[in-house]
Amino acid sequence: MRTDDLLGVDPGTLAAILAMTAATYLCRILGVWMMGHVPITPFVRRGLAALPGSIVIATVLPMAVRGGPVAMLAIGAGFAVMLVRRNELLALIAGLTAATLARAAGL
Amino acid sequence: MRASPPAPPLTRAGVLLGARMIMPIVPGIVFFASAFGTAAAQKGMSLTETVLMSGLVYAGTAQLVGLELWTGSWSLTSILGVALLTFTINARLILQGASLQPWIGGLPGPVLWPSLFLLTDANWVLGERYRASGGRDAGVLIGAGATLWVFWVVGTIPGRLAGGFITRPEQFGIDLVMPIFFAAMIVPLWKGRRDAVIWGIAGAVALTAWALLPGYAFIMAGALAGALAGALLPETADAN
Repeated sequence: MRTDDLLGVDPGTLAAILAMTAATYLCRILGVWMMGHVPITPFVRRGLAALPGSIVIATVLPMAVRGGPVAMLAIGAGFAVMLVRRNELLALIAGLTAATLARAAGL
Repeated sequence: MRASPPAPPLTRAGVLLGARMIMPIVPGIVFFASAFGTAAAQKGMSLTETVLMSGLVYAGTAQLVGLELWTGSWSLTSILGVALLTFTINARLILQGASLQPWIGGLPGPVLWPSLFLLTDANWVLGERYRASGGRDAGVLIGAGATLWVFWVVGTIPGRLAGGFITRPEQFGIDLVMPIFFAAMIVPLWKGRRDAVIWGIAGAVALTAWALLPGYAFIMAGALAGALAGALLPETADAN
């Protein structure tokens, strides 16, 4: 541990950071690269078209359940405000306010 | 063999539009970056190491979870371990990239592969939102990603320097910024009743996978189930 050395770089730490960078970049390019080698049949095209919404739902629902009442309130508030106002900033403010209030209330 | 879609436009106006569209989430991301900086300080990372990690990895959840494995002395095994953990957390980007391919896959390689370095949840979901409303300019994805990258890297610094700047990020819901943003994006991504079936399957499978599988496998399971449902379900005329 070298907390006193503000600007130093430990070789092992650098290697770990570079390994994380490579793993992440591989994820970033792999999907694009793979789909470039798959013929886009109507079946594949419909599957790809269904991906964005499915990814969002598959991320949000378990995170809401995992996070308990606070996450459910926050995520629900953000969704509801977006539904009514169609404004991402207002949705985020509503969600974060709901989370802050819920946690302050001891939920 | 290579099914390259036509090259999308990439304009300066698109880049600027992406930068503007990403602004609502910037304050939340800066707080998230600060929380990461604080966690990095507690793990004994130097300022240079912290900034390098944010700049190169550029994936908040993986960075925070990766820190939990941080050690004072690295072995090949522990380095491979943290890389594998990073891959499993970021595997969702593979699916996000796949969904983007019909849109941006036709970009020239020297533009496409470097710009994918900027791919992250927020600019991906914004890009999909933009595309769902008829947009085609790949600059939106790049402008949003580059803008977020700058705020993410710069936002790391005060957290690292001030140490206990934000000791309990969850108190202000900072950990919920991305889930809330994603939940809001459900609204513009809705294209009709057919989505209810697809998303219902995606959600049910994701929740089941979350209960049964470790880590973040639930995103892959649910998203792939939804994609399969979408591929099998014929497109109907209803679009409301």
